[in-house]
Amino acid sequence: MFCSSLLFCSCYSVQAEVEDTLKRIQGINGVIGTIVVNAEGIPIKTTLDNSTTVQYAGLLHQLTMKARSTVRDIDPQNDLTFLRIRSKKHEIMVSTDKEYLLIVIQNPTE
Amino acid sequence: MKSNWRILQPPGNHSNCIFSNIYLITVTPSPTGHPDYIFPLVLTSATQELFGCQADEDVTGENPYKLLKKEDIIKDMKTRASVSDFSPVKQLVLDYPEDELLLVFDRDFTYGQSFYLVLTVEAKENILKPSVEGDEEQMEHEEKEEEMIVPKTPESHPWISLGSEQEIKEESVTESRPRLRYKISPLQRRCGAPVCFSDRSAQDGKEGFVECPSYQDKSFSIREMEKHTAIQASSDTKNSSTQTLWKHPKNIWTQYEPREFSLEEKEHHLRSKNLKNFITSVLIRFEISLQQNYITDVFCDDWTALCEDEGALTGKTETQLKEYQSFMDLHFSKEKTISHVHWHPTISGVIAVAMTERLSLEERIDNSTKLLLNPSYILFWNFTDPINPQLQLECPDDVLCFQFCPSDPNIIAGGCMNGQIVLWDISAHVERLQDTRSGGKNISNKLDKNETPVVRYCAVSGIENGHKAPITDIQWLPETFELSKLGIPVENASRVSVQLVTCAPDCCVLFWDLRPPRVVSHSLTEVKQKSEEKPLENPHGVPNTFKHLNLTWKPFIRVSLPKLGSSGEYSPLKFSLRDNTVDCPSGDKPLQNAEREEGCGFAQLRVPSAKQQKPMENISTKLYVGTEDGELVYTDWKMEKDNDSGRLLSTKPIHRFLVHDTLVNTVTRSPFFKDIILTVGSFSFAIWKEGVTNGPILMSAFSRTMRTVGHWSLSRPAVFFIGKEDGSIEIWDLLQNTHEPSQSQNISSAAITCIRTSCISSKQHLLAVSDRLGTLHILQIPWTLRRSSNSERQIVRKYFEKEEERLEYFEKRQIKHEKKKKEMEAEEQRKKTELVMPLKQEEELEAEALKEYEQFLALEKDILKNMGLLNETEDSSDM
Repeated sequence: MFCSSLLFCSCYSVQAEVEDTLKRIQGINGVIGTIVVNAEGIPIKTTLDNSTTVQYAGLLHQLTMKARSTVRDIDPQNDLTFLRIRSKKHEIMVSTDKEYLLIVIQNPTE
Repeated sequence: MKSNWRILQPPGNHSNCIFSNIYLITVTPSPTGHPDYIFPLVLTSATQELFGCQADEDVTGENPYKLLKKEDIIKDMKTRASVSDFSPVKQLVLDYPEDELLLVFDRDFTYGQSFYLVLTVEAKENILKPSVEGDEEQMEHEEKEEEMIVPKTPESHPWISLGSEQEIKEESVTESRPRLRYKISPLQRRCGAPVCFSDRSAQDGKEGFVECPSYQDKSFSIREMEKHTAIQASSDTKNSSTQTLWKHPKNIWTQYEPREFSLEEKEHHLRSKNLKNFITSVLIRFEISLQQNYITDVFCDDWTALCEDEGALTGKTETQLKEYQSFMDLHFSKEKTISHVHWHPTISGVIAVAMTERLSLEERIDNSTKLLLNPSYILFWNFTDPINPQLQLECPDDVLCFQFCPSDPNIIAGGCMNGQIVLWDISAHVERLQDTRSGGKNISNKLDKNETPVVRYCAVSGIENGHKAPITDIQWLPETFELSKLGIPVENASRVSVQLVTCAPDCCVLFWDLRPPRVVSHSLTEVKQKSEEKPLENPHGVPNTFKHLNLTWKPFIRVSLPKLGSSGEYSPLKFSLRDNTVDCPSGDKPLQNAEREEGCGFAQLRVPSAKQQKPMENISTKLYVGTEDGELVYTDWKMEKDNDSGRLLSTKPIHRFLVHDTLVNTVTRSPFFKDIILTVGSFSFAIWKEGVTNGPILMSAFSRTMRTVGHWSLSRPAVFFIGKEDGSIEIWDLLQNTHEPSQSQNISSAAITCIRTSCISSKQHLLAVSDRLGTLHILQIPWTLRRSSNSERQIVRKYFEKEEERLEYFEKRQIKHEKKKKEMEAEEQRKKTELVMPLKQEEELEAEALKEYEQFLALEKDILKNMGLLNETEDSSDM
């Protein structure tokens, strides 16, 4: 009983940690939304509404894959770490590793 | 067999040449089928053994050559005589010049037998040598392979005759004997006699011709050995056809939705350690980038952003309004003044002016009989003709305000002094207005038509139900919405402006509908009768657009303005709606449907039933009303149903501000900000923001001369014009000064009655100013006043927000101040009651001080303990 509750606590603390970190990012000035996406482009956690999330996740996932393959084509030892897209209205930042994708959208001018 | 050898000398003189032996080998087809020098032999196995040329043992396919000694062959022939295999070639062998004969193993039976004997020396050598040569060459080639492979061009050899000359000779036909010549002539007596020729067909009679038909002769047959044939290749054609399957078209649809995780899966992912590690590892770079962006905008080019305000350096430093043109009507407006001015919305260069009598109320009453003979007009002026107005609209009484219909510029609605609304339809004369605009080529035509055409009004409202005071303001509702009976804005299906709003000092704001009123449940017969009635023709050629309204028109909503806090009503002079068509003429109108007919039949439009109408959410139903007493009233026009009496009543106004001392003569909204309103009273003006209830955002100082009219600039958000009683115009620029006008310019000697701006083109903005003497001045707005910088709108908005904050701050301060005042009073009261006991206070103070000190010591100990600076032993020793 004790072990299982401990296990539950550890799992829960991981989740809490993840949420805390995401809240920290969301709290930075100008951040409009944060999305955590898995390797296939399916959103896991988001602060935006569903349709926007799904759109961002799908499009940015494809773009990240393309960017990563570009980097690796040029030099196979290299890998993509961070992708920043600056548009007229926002800046979209994407960071990726093997399993997950973290997308942050910021409004930089305000 | 004789030898087929011939030594042929090449033709020509060749005594100087040295030539080697040229061997000719002629091949004549012998009846045996093999060349002469080859003699096929059959060698028995005994003979093969004897000579050592056993088939497939000593001689093979690769090495078929065997040299036999002539003597051996002769010996063999002698020993075995006729039995010997060589007997048929006995003589040839004896004649053979050399000692060795070549025997070739003919594996493939090319000459009919398994062996053949080569009978001539040369042939033997030729057969042997090429192979030997070939071998040698091969070896040479192999050696030289690695060095170089030289492509050998075939060397030209002189022609070696192989006996074909004979064949040609045999085939050609030559004359073997001289030709025989015969001369045939008839008998002498026949010569010279008259001849009679006649025709005879060969088929007449049996003796006409002799026939030698061919027949099959069985005793004779020729076998064709050679045959000339010709062959032509042609493509193989094939006819075929296919047919596709006709599939029935079927409507099919698919729908997809993005993949999503279920809640448990999401939680599972959120709990995974991998995600945590990923996010913590990635967090830092995000923070850096986000902060970078927040600190500074890396992509902003400061250099280009810096220079955009310096356009004035190009030399356009003129700031004065330049007079462009002025219109003064000499025929009709001797004693008149202009009450209202309006630019034609679509035709540029055309402006409409309402002329009214320049009399005060008493004078009007005195001269009322004379006034009846002097009808009032609205005149249309065109830039091309400053003397003659283009069009004259007849009015039943002096028109104080009028507006063009936003959806159809040919409809004009005006409010008269007697409380009636007048409608004109100028669609018949629009061409004239447009025509004269296009240049002076019609000057000759104009001389004929010296008379300006007079257009009579189409319809007037009924006197009983309309206003009871002169209509001071009239506006059209935009075509995006219309109002239902209760004042709820609903969607306008016809996309045509059909409703008007008017106000008058008789304390009500009326809403009018241009469509025929909804008739409730008539019997079929009556309806039929109405439709069969012929429409009566209006006299004076007035169009029938509003026939259904004439004299029976009544408003469908009547909004009264009961006073807040006291009985009575406000008397409105001017009003302003949020979604109006006056202040932003080029703004939010939807694209005009070019195919719409002119003068769309208002009679055909019907008021839709209340159920069909969809209420629109985002239309504000509140309006600002400027009253005769200088108040600005903020009220809602929606009607409420009074539960007791069942009548529709209007609500009490929401706010009321008393700012100006005398009547408010202008209430206009800024074309750039929908919630900023400018009100002009006689001595001051104020800028308000909708929603801010504390007071005006900006209140001007009192001026010496009366301010008569105000108008926002259409191109610059911070500029507005104020007209004054002495005929000058003040130009206020909020970006420069808010306490005084940035410019003041005198236009005329009489008071300004109306100001309107128009943008003819991007380079020419015109200001129409009318004065009390009846003159219309058109002024050009200088470049500084018409060109707005990119950030001007933002700056002005920020300024208004700042002012709003200031007001809020003041209010807060006021509240605070009052609170503080109250507290101070309360304290004073308390102090008065507390002077009784001073002594006890001292003792108490001492006790309190001691207690505090002890508390402080305890606190100090705790802190030091926590910090680990205090040892336990020290502590106890201290104590």
